[in-house]
Amino acid sequence: MNWDWSVILKYLPRLLEGTWLTLELVAISGIIGIAIALPLALMRVSSSPWIRAFPFAYIFFFRGTPLLVQIFLIYYGASQFEAVKQSMFWDILKQPYWCAIIAFSLNTAAYSAELIRGAIQAIPRGEIEAAEALGMSKPLQVRRIVLPRAFGIVLPAYGNELILMLKGSSLASTITLLDLTGMARTIIARTYTPLEIFLAAGVIYLLISGVFIGAFRLLEKRLNRYQHYRHQVPVELTQIDPRLQD
Amino acid sequence: MDLQGFGHLLLSGAWVTLKLALTSLAFGLLFGLVGAAAKLSGFRLLRLLGTLYTTLIRGIPELLLVLSIYFGGSMLLMWLASFFGYTDYIEISAFAAGVAALSIAFGAYATEVFRAALMELPKGQWESAEALGMSRTQTFFRIILPQVWRLALPGLGNLFQVLLKDTALVSVVGLDELMRQAYVASGSTKEPFTFYMAAAFIYLGLTAIATAATMLMERASNPVSRGARA
Repeated sequence: MNWDWSVILKYLPRLLEGTWLTLELVAISGIIGIAIALPLALMRVSSSPWIRAFPFAYIFFFRGTPLLVQIFLIYYGASQFEAVKQSMFWDILKQPYWCAIIAFSLNTAAYSAELIRGAIQAIPRGEIEAAEALGMSKPLQVRRIVLPRAFGIVLPAYGNELILMLKGSSLASTITLLDLTGMARTIIARTYTPLEIFLAAGVIYLLISGVFIGAFRLLEKRLNRYQHYRHQVPVELTQIDPRLQD
Repeated sequence: MDLQGFGHLLLSGAWVTLKLALTSLAFGLLFGLVGAAAKLSGFRLLRLLGTLYTTLIRGIPELLLVLSIYFGGSMLLMWLASFFGYTDYIEISAFAAGVAALSIAFGAYATEVFRAALMELPKGQWESAEALGMSRTQTFFRIILPQVWRLALPGLGNLFQVLLKDTALVSVVGLDELMRQAYVASGSTKEPFTFYMAAAFIYLGLTAIATAATMLMERASNPVSRGARA
């Protein structure tokens, strides 16, 4: 086997081009996904079984089927209906770029909605009761207490979801998009050096997820800083009364 | 839903999907156990290798893994075989590449599940087994493993769900599993939505069965509920 480092160097600019598209897909679908996930999660914790039914079915479908099926369902499936082809949506649905974004957004929304639901249910009851006792209306409670608190709780789990989304975005290459994986496949078709180029692509993915993990650690430290706060008791006092030690 | 006579094609694809998932599960569990043993071992080199395995594999997309093994695997195998004087062309099948990629990915996550379960067990279990005169291998297989199984089951159940869905990726390298058969059927009928929806429901059915099976196994492995039934 002849290993060729030069091919990696030569095609690095193209790989970075693909990396940019990958990041773009993850960022845009991440934002749309959260926007869909929030109302879904709030519906999911509703006390009415009728309101709970829709998000349940949605989450069940999108978590129980492969992302690849979802992408193909949107990209190839939409063309089956004449009505869709005649409508104004066709301009969007015929483009692989937007199909990928729609599929990723709907998919990540299902996973994020479950995470946010878990976080909402993890908020201590007392905090909600306190808000109620202060005379806050339901919408005000959600806006000022529930969502900000849920945001802090969900953060570590959402970091994982973001990494999974980054890895899932490689499926964009199956509908002709030149994201990092798509670009790697194109380069390999020309040079036939699969091991070298896939290695380079893998390292780039690892670097991106490393940056994500680091960024989330920082964000977590800042948003949940009350957890890291230590009550400082002077040493002289703890010597007098050992119970004052943490 | 009118499948226009392509129903049997989808079913045969589902069968290949199932075989792929179960074979990968068997190898994946093995990789997970070996990985966990390496990560908890007393040798620094083994611990390092274990960490390298889980960090690398969990950070790259499964699709990239499938593609690398399918397109790069035969080159790698031929290079290895050349050391033993074997110079013929070696081709790697889509099924084998799929099993390799999916089980390596499953194994990396399973390593963490097994490691957590192994650390959960009290050290006294090992010590009392030693006091009874059992060898370390005996202790592992008779005392530790049955208990690890019970602790690891919920985590492994989740991983198997992910594995079932990841089998769809192997269609990209041409294995005739469910996803690819849906692609073929929608190509010749011009009804892609119908067939991808049908495939989606078959996947939903498979994951539902997997969840039910995990729940049954969890109940069977739990001594308390077993006692309650008797």
